[in-house]
Amino acid sequence: MAYALQQLINGLTLGAVYGLIAIGYTMVYGIIGMINFAHGDIFMVSAFIAVTAFTLLAAFDITSLPLAITAVLITAIFFTSAYGWAVERMAYRPLRGSTRLAPLISAIGMSIFLQNMVQLTQGARVKPIPPVLEGGIEIWQSGGFTVQISWTQIMIVLVTIVLMVAFTYLITQTAFGRQQRACEQDSTMTALLGINVDRTISATFMLGAALAAVAGVMVTVYYGVVDFFIGFVAGIKAFTAAVLGGIGSLPGAMLGGLIIGLIEAFWAAYLSPEYKDVATFAILILVLMFRPSGLLGRPEVEKV
Amino acid sequence: MMLHMEGVHAHYGHIHALRGVDVTVQVGEIVTLIGANGAGKSTLMMSLFGKPGASSGRIVFDGEDITRVPSHLISRRGIAIVPEGRRIFPRMTVMENLLMGTAFADPANFNADIKRVYAMFPILEERAAQRAGTLSGGEQQMLAIGRALMSRPKLLLLDEPSLGLAPIYIKRIFQIIRELNTEHGMTVLLVEQNAHHALRVAHRGYVLQHGEIVLAGSGQELLASPEVRAAYLEGGH
Ligand SMILES: Nc1ncnc2c1ncn2[C@@H]1O[C@H](COP(=O)(O)OP(=O)(O)OP(=O)(O)O)[C@@H](O)[C@H]1O
Ligand SMILES: [Mg+2]
Repeated sequence: MAYALQQLINGLTLGAVYGLIAIGYTMVYGIIGMINFAHGDIFMVSAFIAVTAFTLLAAFDITSLPLAITAVLITAIFFTSAYGWAVERMAYRPLRGSTRLAPLISAIGMSIFLQNMVQLTQGARVKPIPPVLEGGIEIWQSGGFTVQISWTQIMIVLVTIVLMVAFTYLITQTAFGRQQRACEQDSTMTALLGINVDRTISATFMLGAALAAVAGVMVTVYYGVVDFFIGFVAGIKAFTAAVLGGIGSLPGAMLGGLIIGLIEAFWAAYLSPEYKDVATFAILILVLMFRPSGLLGRPEVEKV
Repeated sequence: MMLHMEGVHAHYGHIHALRGVDVTVQVGEIVTLIGANGAGKSTLMMSLFGKPGASSGRIVFDGEDITRVPSHLISRRGIAIVPEGRRIFPRMTVMENLLMGTAFADPANFNADIKRVYAMFPILEERAAQRAGTLSGGEQQMLAIGRALMSRPKLLLLDEPSLGLAPIYIKRIFQIIRELNTEHGMTVLLVEQNAHHALRVAHRGYVLQHGEIVLAGSGQELLASPEVRAAYLEGGH
């Protein structure tokens, strides 16, 4: 029982991270109807920025924790949203209006480029960071097993909740959010109403990237290590989360993330840790076969 | 002169949809475009927004050449469109749709503008919080017109506003077009299948055929013209 509770805590933490990344997939799909295959790498780049920044901060003996984490977050968000902007500008915009496959290929190209660049400049080996946030609270003890929730986990869940609330407000209540949704529904009409559709699409890529950046920093603090391949693995999982929740749906992305996180945690704990990634792929295939519109997605056809 | 199109050609790929049209709209006029399906009426309206852009010729609005101005900057100059098929945002509320018409409007005007739209279409006020996709066809048409009016346009483009509507709605739409023109001084360019109604409400009209203007004149003249009668009025549509 205690062991299961611990898995629940771990799974929710992981799920929050996947959910943050999944939002980027779902929003970009919503607005241009295509998957951004370079999105997972944005997360990876952010993690590396976090490693570099934390190491630098440690070298300068900056120990105030909130200060350090805030500084790293701002740096990571800045660089990764610039990268999100560049992906749209270089891989998607020039190919808008061509075949559907072309931008996907150029996005995969961007993704490979980025992995290799990080591998060349940072090395292929796993990079550790100095421990940032240690300790936690013991919440329950039973049968020699202690259920613990670490400060990092608390931080991840809190940050995710705050971001989700802010983000939901942005999309549902502000003029920008309205224009963003308008572009999703009819970009030609949106332009006729005086809105710069290109700029709205850029902003969407950047917002998705910023959320993935936060996820990247959180994961770095959580695991304490990164390598250049984490973007691919986390990207696939977050993509599965987005599809499971219903691609295009924001609450769906978050829900899908939580479910994937929980499944992964329990699978690793009770079945086999080596094959935990298989679980995700199995879900992806099952969802695509039996419920392609996902849990909260809407079916493609609708009365207009 | 409010709008002047001069020798405008437009293409969709290799389809030559407009073949050198000349159209003028004076301030305070209602001008109508009539023509058979596929004649190029919608294309002519959309070409003002550069969708598709004029491949040659010139479009002058309010004294300025707008031929190469990007689509999203056209409405700022004072043109609003109720496009073919209404194109409301189905997954937004009625209120949100109306707000979409105010992207660059002065927020100080909002209360007055929404009041004016609600006075014209009381049903929109009742349904303000309802998803626009669930409105009836006629209500969606009213919403599309209301959205266009929220930007206080100088020139209002209406592409088949009566299409698919019950006679009672059609009457109301034409009544509103006349009202906008006489009471609010709105200049209107109107595309209609319903040539009879359109020519009666319009000051002037153009007949478009295969992307070319083949006939022009006052509403009365066109109503009386034997070609127009034969092709568009007596069972011609
Ligand atoms: N997006 C498009 N792609 C290719 N061809 C198009 C497109 N839109 C219109 N056309 C073609 O351009 C020509 C003019 O079309 P347009 O829609 O302007 O006609 P219309 O006069 O508005 O007709 P209707 O009364 O049926 O609305 C037609 O031959 C049509 O097939
Ligand atoms: Mg048409």
